[in-house]
Amino acid sequence: MTHRGSRVLHVGSLSRVEGEGSLHLRVDDGRVAEARLQIYEPPRFFEAFLRGRGYTEPPDITARVCGICPVAYQMSACAAVEDACGITVDGQLAELRRLLYCGEWIESQTLHIHLLHAPDFLGRVSAIDLARTHRAEVERGLRLKQTGNALMELLGGRAIHPVNVRVGGFHRVPTRAELRPLYERLKRALDDAWATVRWVSGFDFPDAHCDEDFLALAEPGRYAIAAGTPTVLPGGGGPQRSFPVSDFSEHVVERQVPHSTALQSELDGRRHLTGSLARYAINHRLLSPSAYQAAAEAGLDSVCRNPFRSIIVRAVEVVYAIDEAMRIIDAYEPPPHPSVAVPPRAGTGHGATEAPRGLLYHRYTLDADGTVTDARLVPPTAQNQATIEEDLRRLVQAAMDDGDPGDTELTALCERAIRNHDPCISCSTHFLDLTVERT
Amino acid sequence: MSANPKLAVWKLASCDGCQLTLLDCEDELLALSGKVEITHFLEASSAAGPGPYDLSLVEGSVTTVADAERIRHIRAVSRRLVTIGACATAGGIQALRNFADVEEFRAAVYARPDYIDTLATSTPVSAHVPVDFELRGCPIDRRQLLEVISAHLAGRKPGISRHSVCFECKRRGTVCVTVAHGTPCLGPVTHAGCGAICPAYGRGCYGCFGPSASTNLPALIPRLRTNGLDDRDVVRLLRTFNAYAPDFAEASTALERDEGSTP
Repeated sequence: MTHRGSRVLHVGSLSRVEGEGSLHLRVDDGRVAEARLQIYEPPRFFEAFLRGRGYTEPPDITARVCGICPVAYQMSACAAVEDACGITVDGQLAELRRLLYCGEWIESQTLHIHLLHAPDFLGRVSAIDLARTHRAEVERGLRLKQTGNALMELLGGRAIHPVNVRVGGFHRVPTRAELRPLYERLKRALDDAWATVRWVSGFDFPDAHCDEDFLALAEPGRYAIAAGTPTVLPGGGGPQRSFPVSDFSEHVVERQVPHSTALQSELDGRRHLTGSLARYAINHRLLSPSAYQAAAEAGLDSVCRNPFRSIIVRAVEVVYAIDEAMRIIDAYEPPPHPSVAVPPRAGTGHGATEAPRGLLYHRYTLDADGTVTDARLVPPTAQNQATIEEDLRRLVQAAMDDGDPGDTELTALCERAIRNHDPCISCSTHFLDLTVERT
Repeated sequence: MSANPKLAVWKLASCDGCQLTLLDCEDELLALSGKVEITHFLEASSAAGPGPYDLSLVEGSVTTVADAERIRHIRAVSRRLVTIGACATAGGIQALRNFADVEEFRAAVYARPDYIDTLATSTPVSAHVPVDFELRGCPIDRRQLLEVISAHLAGRKPGISRHSVCFECKRRGTVCVTVAHGTPCLGPVTHAGCGAICPAYGRGCYGCFGPSASTNLPALIPRLRTNGLDDRDVVRLLRTFNAYAPDFAEASTALERDEGSTP
C-alpha cells in the first residue's frame, strides 16, 4: 500500500472528546488538500427557543448547552442579562461567582487531563485502561476532580447544571462555617495539583507550533475567569490589542460551513485560538506565586504555542484555581443579600467569561418587560474549529513529509491533535469521525 | 476473557451531562470497571468493543433521521436499554421545537438552513423502540445511576421511587418554600430523585426530573397563580427540560389555548 500519492481518510467517531464528530482528510499527491472537522451533533436551536423566554431564564436554560461546563454558560448568561439591565454584581457576590467557577475549572481541567488527554501520552485507550499501569495517578486525578465537584455542589447545589445561580447573584449564599471544610480540602488538593503538574510535564511532547492569534479575556490584577476584556495576542508578533465585550460581534465573525452544525468564526479576518494556551499567554503574569512557580518548574515559557503541551497549562491552571478558591474562602464575608435586584428594561447586553476550554460570549436583547427577543451564543469550540483544522493539516503534512504513516497512525495523530484543544462538541453542537481520502 | 457484563453508553441529541455523571462517580468508577466491561463509551475511551451489549445507557433525544435509525440499531444490539436523563426520556429542552415551527428555528440560527439536517420534533427514545427503564433528571442523579447499574448486575428491579419532590423535602427536613414563603414550586408534581435540592437552596422546584407518577396540575396551577405567576410564567415553567412529557405538555398547551398566551 502506498500512501505517498493520494488518499482519503475518514475517522467515523471521535472518542474522548465531549460530543460527537468526525474527521475527513483528503491527500492529493502527497499534499494535505483538505482537513475537515465534521461536527454532526444534531442542532438543538437554543438561540431560536430562547426568544420569548423571560430574562431570568437564560442561566438555567443555556446551562443545558453543555453538561461539562454549565457554570460557564450560567456566568456568561448572567453577565449579559445584567449588562442589558444596567446592573453590576460586585463585591462578595462576584467573589462567590468566581469561587463557583474555580470549582468548574478544577473539575473540567482535571477531567480533561486525566480521563481524556493523558491516555494519549501513555499509549492507553482510556483512563480505566490507564489505571492498570498508573493507578495512583488516575486516583489522584479522580480525587482532584471530586474536589472541584464538591465546590460546585456546595455553592451550586449540584455539579452538573447547578441550581443556585440566578441573575443578580444566588438563591442562597453559604455561611463562613459551611465553606471552611472546603478550605481544608482544597489545601490537601493543592499537593495533588502540584504532583499533576510534575507528572504531565514529564510526558514526551511531539514538536508542534500554532501561529494563530490568541484570544482571551484580561482583567486588571488577576487571572481572568468570570470577567474581563477580550484581548488579542497576534500570532505573528506585535503588541496586544483589546476591544470592549460589546464590540465582540464586530471582531469575531461567524460563518457557516456545509460540513458542520457548528458555526465557525474568525477574529478580524484571521483564524484564532481561545482556551488554555491563549489564556496563559495573556494572563500568566497574574498567576498566584505557587502556580507561577509550578509553570516555571514545568518548563513553560511565557507563551506556549505547542498544543500538545496544553496539558501542562491546564495542570497549572488547576493549581491556580485551587489557590484562588482558598484565597476567596479565606477572605469571605457573607453578603447582606444573596442577590441584587435586577429589574428588567429594554436593551441589549453582552457577557463573556472564560470557560475551561475558552472564551464564551452571550448576547441578549430584551424588551421592556424582560422578554428575550434575540439571543446569540458563541462557544469556544466554534471559535477554535478553523484553527483545529489548520492544526490537523500542519501535523498530518509534517508526518507525511517525515515518513509514510499508515491510516491507523494518522488517525491516532489526528485524534490526539483534536484532544489537544479540549473541544466541546456539545457546545458547538458535536465532533469527530475521521475519514482520510487517499485517491 | 472477561465474563463481566458488557456496558455501552450512547449519545443522541444532548449536552453530555448525563454520561458525565458516570465519570462523576469518582469513588466508584474504578471499582465499577472491575465488575462490568465498559465496551462502548466514546466520551471516555477510544476503544469501542463490538456488541451485543448486556446493558445500554442512552443519553439524548431523537432529532434526526440518522438518529432514528441509530436507536433501532442500539435496541437490536442491547439486551437491556435504559434511557438516562430528560432528553432520552422526554425529548429534552430541544423538544421546545415541538411547540413551534422548526423551519423558522432553522432559519433563525443558521444562515444556510439547507445545510442543516433535522426532524421537526425532538422525541424520547420510547417513541421509537421499547425501553426497559427510564431514569429521570436534567441531569440524572449519580446515586440513582449507580442503583440502576447495581440492580442490573444483581438481576433485580431498580429501587427508584416515583413519588414527588415533596416527599424528599419532608425527608430532608426542608421547610416548604410555598407554604412558608409563597415561592412558586413545581415540587408537588415533579418526580423525586434529585434529593429536593432547589427548596434546600430557597428556590422553588423547576421540574427538571419531569412529572411524577400521579400529578394534579389542575390543583397546582391556581396555587402558582396565587403565588404571583401569570399564565405566561406558568407556561414557561412547564416548558423547560421536560416540556414534552405528556402531563406537562398537556397542561401548558391547555393554558396557552385558554389564555392565548405564548411562552
